[in-house]
Amino acid sequence: MPTLPGVHLKDEITKISQRLKELGHGRHLDKAVWDKVELARHPKRPYTLDYIEHMFAGFIELRGDRFFGDDPAIVGGLAAYQGRTLMVIGHQKGRDLNSRTLRNFGMPRPEGYRKAQRLMELADKFGIPVLTLIDTPGAFPGIAAEERGQGGAIAKTLVCMARLNVPTVSVIIGEGGSGGALALALTDRVLMLENSVYSVISPEACAAILWKDSGEAHLAAQTLGMTSADLSRLEVVDEVLPEPRGGAHRDHSAAARILKDALEEQLRELETMNPRVRRKERFDKFRRMGVWKENGLTLF
Amino acid sequence: MAQKVSVDISRRGGNNSNGAESCPGCKELLSPADLSGNAMTCPHCGHHFRMNARQRIELLADSGSWSEIAGNLRSADPLEFFDLRPYPDRIEEAEYDTGLSEAMLVGRARMNKMDVILVVMDFGFMGGSMGSVVGERFWRATEEAMETRFPLVVVCASGGARMQEGILSLLQMAKTSCAVELLAEVPVPFVSVLTNPTTGGVVASFATLADVIIAEPGALLCFSGPRVIEQTIKEKLPEDFGLAESNMKHGQIDIIVPRTELKDRLVQILGLLEGGVACALQPLWEEEKSPSRRGGAITQALNRIKAFANSSRRSPKR
Repeated sequence: MPTLPGVHLKDEITKISQRLKELGHGRHLDKAVWDKVELARHPKRPYTLDYIEHMFAGFIELRGDRFFGDDPAIVGGLAAYQGRTLMVIGHQKGRDLNSRTLRNFGMPRPEGYRKAQRLMELADKFGIPVLTLIDTPGAFPGIAAEERGQGGAIAKTLVCMARLNVPTVSVIIGEGGSGGALALALTDRVLMLENSVYSVISPEACAAILWKDSGEAHLAAQTLGMTSADLSRLEVVDEVLPEPRGGAHRDHSAAARILKDALEEQLRELETMNPRVRRKERFDKFRRMGVWKENGLTLF
Repeated sequence: MAQKVSVDISRRGGNNSNGAESCPGCKELLSPADLSGNAMTCPHCGHHFRMNARQRIELLADSGSWSEIAGNLRSADPLEFFDLRPYPDRIEEAEYDTGLSEAMLVGRARMNKMDVILVVMDFGFMGGSMGSVVGERFWRATEEAMETRFPLVVVCASGGARMQEGILSLLQMAKTSCAVELLAEVPVPFVSVLTNPTTGGVVASFATLADVIIAEPGALLCFSGPRVIEQTIKEKLPEDFGLAESNMKHGQIDIIVPRTELKDRLVQILGLLEGGVACALQPLWEEEKSPSRRGGAITQALNRIKAFANSSRRSPKR
């Protein structure tokens, strides 16, 4: 590059490209991202019990953590499915004022996670595969939940899922909100419905902390990369499931059919594997999560 | 969950010219020497000041025994994250401010001549937040512990997952939990020390999965931060919310140890954890068959020898 005395092109170029990057990140809002956030939170979107109703002929809900209580924000039970039994566990939101309050807007307390652990251990005992459906804004932030060990309950659920010998599949069906969602998603296969989101923090909270302005939630959502396309690119989810045209809320039974077909395919593959290999691959899968540099190389 | 935690950082209390500051606990004026000579705790009221990773290693590791593992891992920027500033800028600043390469350091060390794998976190490095490097370093620490059978000591200080690495930070909770499970299957003793503050994703993963959980007095330990809870339930939190003492009352931690006694207590606890005798893990219903069928004293003697051989095979070599 030709240089003139006193003109430092290199510095100028760095400065301008930096500024361009700032403008690019700061101004260009992709409306499609926020649309997905809103679809994932759509009040008519099918919830766990809707999928259960459409997918399984017989379902027996099992309740309670045997320590403290039953948390209606997480439901679980045994389902008859294609000649085998399945343990289905999922977050549950409510649709009207009463059921929303009852389900605590899908925000579990420690007893919800402890119920999930109990049901998974039960499934493991009898060789029953586990399906989890994820749809929560996050674990409930409350004093009593903290006193009963919210963090520890989530951590124990993660270890419980790592330990299982049976095949495990999770599907993010709506909101995958932070640790409260991840607690049920340490599985052999992680699937995600097209218009679902999955994130380390809600875009509103992220904007409030990093941008000091919760009004920047749209920008935060985009920057966090929480859509199914983003997560597929980061290899966090194994398969993205298409939704009925316009979104899952338009046709619950069609959405359930899609989920059922995908589940069948995944289970068929997982069930043929040697349990030891299957379990080892689960550990390998989560070991690989993350991107870092080592000796200058970027590793995935 | 990632979050900002407002912490009583307790620096710049009442700075005067010779660098002395007033203790937030008892308002006594303390010189830097008063503090560093007393493990960064107030000699008058015992208030625990924040301690950085280096001071922590000095406190716990025998002099000259620390050797770092996985120190060459550095954060990448997979999302090209840009809020008010680019993520690499924030990393650079944190490196400059703390002189550390990340929010977690891992190494081999000796504590009162006992070999351990020591992991320390530093809240000064982007709030001790957990991103890919923290997760991977934790994994390497457990690998090293499994290989050497040296017990694992993890000193936590963290605001939670690192937002700038998005979902990958969240997944470090899954990753570190898998690591703890592998360690437990050996098993190698794992003790965590929760210091002020330990919150969010770290609490909901390895910090609370330890065999024994120690906390420092007055440390804030919770999953959801006080501000998040206040906003949700719209009422003021009790004074002692989330403090170590309150966690103790509710059965969430094992023991509160003042920092000045921490090293000795750690060594004592690790020693006790390693003092067990391995027991044969044969299912009961299987055992019942063999003596009745053959019934002989020889079979029983053989079984006893087998059990003994099993137990000596797994005892730690040190």
